[in-house]
Amino acid sequence: MIMKTTPLLALGIALATGVANAGDITGTVTLSGTPPAEKVITPLKDDATCGKLHPGETPTTKFFVVGPNKELADVVVMLKGVTGKSTGASAKPAELDQKGCLYIPQILAVQTGQKLLVKNSDPTLHNVHTKPTSSGNPEQNHAQMAGSPELTFTFAAPENFLKFQCDVHPWMFAWVTVVDSPFYAVTDESGKFTIKDVPPGKYTVTALHRKAAPKGVDKEVEVSSSGATVDFTLEVK
Amino acid sequence: MSASNRPNPWLHRFAVLTAVATLILIGVGGLVTSKGAGMAVPDWPTSYGYNMFALPIKFWTGGALYEHTHRLWASMVGLLVVALTRWLGGPRSRLPLAIVGAAEMLAGIALPLIKPELKGTGYFLTGIAGVVLLAALVWAKHQPASRALVRLGWTAFVLVQVQGLLGGLRVVLFQDQLGIFHAALAQIFFTILCVIALFTGRNWKKFQLPKFPGLPSLRRAVLGTTILIFIQLLLGATMRHQHAGLSISDFPLAHGQLWPATDPDSILRYNQERVEISALNPITAFQVQLQMVHRLVAVLILFAVAMSAWLAVRKIGLRHSFSKLSLGWLGLILLQVVLGAATVLSHKAADIATAHVLVGVLSLVTGTALCIFTSRSLESLSRASSNSELAPDRTSLAADLAS
Repeated sequence: MIMKTTPLLALGIALATGVANAGDITGTVTLSGTPPAEKVITPLKDDATCGKLHPGETPTTKFFVVGPNKELADVVVMLKGVTGKSTGASAKPAELDQKGCLYIPQILAVQTGQKLLVKNSDPTLHNVHTKPTSSGNPEQNHAQMAGSPELTFTFAAPENFLKFQCDVHPWMFAWVTVVDSPFYAVTDESGKFTIKDVPPGKYTVTALHRKAAPKGVDKEVEVSSSGATVDFTLEVK
Repeated sequence: MSASNRPNPWLHRFAVLTAVATLILIGVGGLVTSKGAGMAVPDWPTSYGYNMFALPIKFWTGGALYEHTHRLWASMVGLLVVALTRWLGGPRSRLPLAIVGAAEMLAGIALPLIKPELKGTGYFLTGIAGVVLLAALVWAKHQPASRALVRLGWTAFVLVQVQGLLGGLRVVLFQDQLGIFHAALAQIFFTILCVIALFTGRNWKKFQLPKFPGLPSLRRAVLGTTILIFIQLLLGATMRHQHAGLSISDFPLAHGQLWPATDPDSILRYNQERVEISALNPITAFQVQLQMVHRLVAVLILFAVAMSAWLAVRKIGLRHSFSKLSLGWLGLILLQVVLGAATVLSHKAADIATAHVLVGVLSLVTGTALCIFTSRSLESLSRASSNSELAPDRTSLAADLAS
């Protein structure tokens, strides 16, 4: 309870006095241990339409996107216990593309109430099928023909790794984490992240990875006007 | 044998055709699940907004090819079953068909008016109603089949419609659990059609068993094993409709052990080790345990079928048709064990997993046939011993089918 109240109190004060003193939380996520080898998506290559979209190398699964120094991409990092602070309704819409019969990006995060535009850049039909686990986000399934306008999704309830899938091409997946505040980031290929404009205060930061930390790994951090740094090492068991 | 019970070779052929078409339908349905394509066409009974029967060929791609083929083939099986019901029932089936058709037509028209979101179900009912009314209009003065076959025909008639509705509602209501019922009901439906096909022909007579002391035991063994097979099919359907790929990906060991650990740390490790291309739901402890129960029940079934076959061969000899069928049953179960192992080792290859489904349902049908033969033989022997052949027990399905 204290953990949840403290950031909320800090946020309340900070938001009331503006974000002039806000700082960024930055850090790097690395992986310890050896992840399993990724697999070539052979059904994609075998598909008459999708196969032609990858004339070179056939794409592989991307469960662990790991850099040369074990930097881990596609980790969602966010403030834990900060709810009801979403600015999603006024935020710039996020985008998810279907290109080459793959979802790009495969991992992303949005705020509750923020628009998510799903495009189809492929010369074939897809169905965009959401598989939420939170009762606040109803399951949806829409066909999207080649060249048709983008589909717009919004999610009311926070949820980790809400799955998007295409059942026409059953290797196509994306996972969208829905956060109830603007304080989140997704690590890039160098494993780095920046959570912007966090009001000063003590917070619990959690790092979520679909395979290495599906329930999240937590760290405490104190943010000042100059920001804070927190690094994570996630483990392959 | 009365005129109504005289085998009609064309009726028998039509019943066999219906059963074969249904087996193919189960195969296509199995492919839909194996390919993860059950939701590839988001609307129902329309397909991508088109009339199902007029979907342009350019949409028949990827998973949609399997799902749409399943819908079309199911429609054809629906037609065959309505015709079979009409044929089995004779002219007396016209009135009930007309009543059912009219009721479905009314319901189909009324539903969308009462609840617009049930528009799809309304279209579905109206379409079926048209076919049923058409069957009621057909004028043919053939004799009806035996009462039991007529009843089985009507059961298939109800089931095929429930199956269509379940399949459609599974899509529009986003209910994976309905898929389990849809799969389980398919097994029962196919079994009923096979029984109809069997008893509209003549060949079942050669399975009449002689009197021997172990006959009641054989009946209990065959019945118990058939029930066990059905339970196993339910377990399999539950596993397949979790859409979580393989919860255990090695065989004969399970995650390298005789009985795998299912504590949270182990489940996390299994999920980290898995690299699935499709069916990416994380596996759970329940799913691991479910697959272990499926493996254990498979061993029990193998043992029970081997015992039944051994009992049959020992008591009535290898040359008797019943013994041959029992050995065929054992062959199916052995094949099923191999296919089960291959499903795991091939990482759930769609064709192998679907073959596993098909051999499963054929095992159920064979067990059901053996149950009927033993029951029928026991009743027939019982009647003979009490000298009451002229007053057969009409309440018994086996006796009624044999009459």
